Amino acid sequence: MGIFYFVAFLSVFFALMTIFTKNPVHSVLYLVITFFTFTVHYILLNAQFLAVVNFIVYMGAIMVLFLFVLMLLNLNKDTEPMKSTLVKVMGAIAGMCLLATFLGAFRVLEGQNEYVTGNTDVGLVKNLGKVLFDEFLLPFELSSILLLTAMIGAILLAKKETKQG
Amino acid sequence: MEGAFILEKLILVVVVFTVTLVIAMYSTLAERKIAGFMQDRYGPDRAGIFGILQPLCDGGKFFFKEEIIPAGAHKTLFILGPVIAIITACISSAVIPWGQDLVINGRTVSLQVADVNIGVLYVFGVIALGVYGIMLGGWASNNKFSLMGAIRAASQSISYEIGMGLSLIALLMVTETLQLGEIVAQQSGFVNWNIWVQPLGFLIFITCAFAECNRVPFDLPECETELVGGYHTEYSSMKLGLYMFSEYINMFVSSALMATLYFGGYNFPFMYDLGLSQNWITIIGVLVFFLKIFGFIFFFMWIRWTLPRFRYDQLMNLGWKILIPLAIANIVLTGVITLIKDTYFQ
Repeated sequence: MGIFYFVAFLSVFFALMTIFTKNPVHSVLYLVITFFTFTVHYILLNAQFLAVVNFIVYMGAIMVLFLFVLMLLNLNKDTEPMKSTLVKVMGAIAGMCLLATFLGAFRVLEGQNEYVTGNTDVGLVKNLGKVLFDEFLLPFELSSILLLTAMIGAILLAKKETKQG
Repeated sequence: MEGAFILEKLILVVVVFTVTLVIAMYSTLAERKIAGFMQDRYGPDRAGIFGILQPLCDGGKFFFKEEIIPAGAHKTLFILGPVIAIITACISSAVIPWGQDLVINGRTVSLQVADVNIGVLYVFGVIALGVYGIMLGGWASNNKFSLMGAIRAASQSISYEIGMGLSLIALLMVTETLQLGEIVAQQSGFVNWNIWVQPLGFLIFITCAFAECNRVPFDLPECETELVGGYHTEYSSMKLGLYMFSEYINMFVSSALMATLYFGGYNFPFMYDLGLSQNWITIIGVLVFFLKIFGFIFFFMWIRWTLPRFRYDQLMNLGWKILIPLAIANIVLTGVITLIKDTYFQ
């Protein structure tokens, strides 16, 4: 339990650092460390597969792309777009709503789901595969279709228009 | 018992680490010797017999060179870049099985540092992390050429990771496990090597490995004809040395990985027919494994002095339009063949 509290403290600390640093590149690097602490959390939960996938996908790919874009734009204080107060207030309210939803969801789930409590081996590759391709096949396939749609959409948006009409 | 276990793993880690560094060191000499051989000249031959002391001289020189951090550079990240590069290169060998078990005084000693459940993916994760070293170093240099090199490195490594991962999925469909120790154990003898069932997958994998290691013909991040020195333009002294070193370590580890996944690792033909004891099989196995690794390292160098560099758009086309569709076709083909085999030839 001691390790959990230590890693949890690190997660929260680096998440806060992500928000409070002024330099966008530092911000991304703190976010990378935050994701790394998440990986440690997954390992503590004996979910090795999730841990390593989180490591590869978030730290290895998505954050590299973030960094890539930031380096290309070379953002600094002068070029930072100033957000109006209205946008800030709206952002705060939306964030609070999300927090309330999560809290409610976790309270409902507490002690009910066998994947939340008990069954600690579900995170290993074999068990996870069996659960995903058997019990949760439909949601799994639907989410992959969702991702595919997003991918096709992104390609369509990025593609140069060669001819009108 | 616990203490002995920790001690034995510690010794193994130190040995692996030392061997990795020595091989990386002598890869630099081998590269120059092979270049010399291919271009019909001697290569370095002044320091010691056959130039055997050349890497030591180079290392010493790196340490004593003046260390320059450019005025406009971001100091912390500028130093962190090569550090990340070398650390990620060194830790990626942790899951590679170097040989079978040794039996010393009735105690079984495994020649693999960690046989984790997700071995293959661990290597992938660490490789994916390696690009941060190049990106941070390139960006922190505050130099346009470095930045271009860093950006090229990032997009190249992400593009080729996809092809590499897909080619690996087909292999995993055959092996049905992610554990490297078990993947090697399945390939005992000669006919069971995975290369015989996954030739296309291996071809895709080795191409992607070249791109991931930033080796010619895919060394666009440090393309000196366009970018001066690429991401390490501003680096001097041992920091440059660390970047170079990490490149050679990556080459060594990916050679080891290819030998493990496709060429049977420590397995060699007729290994159980010669009437050798377990320890002798293990020792010969380790030697054979290193022979395979050296073969791949030689192949890396052979290609370097044979093929010209790709253009950047050609590189992207190859990655996205040829390798990825081929890898997906390979997955489908493997699936169909596995299904036919299970249904009709059981």
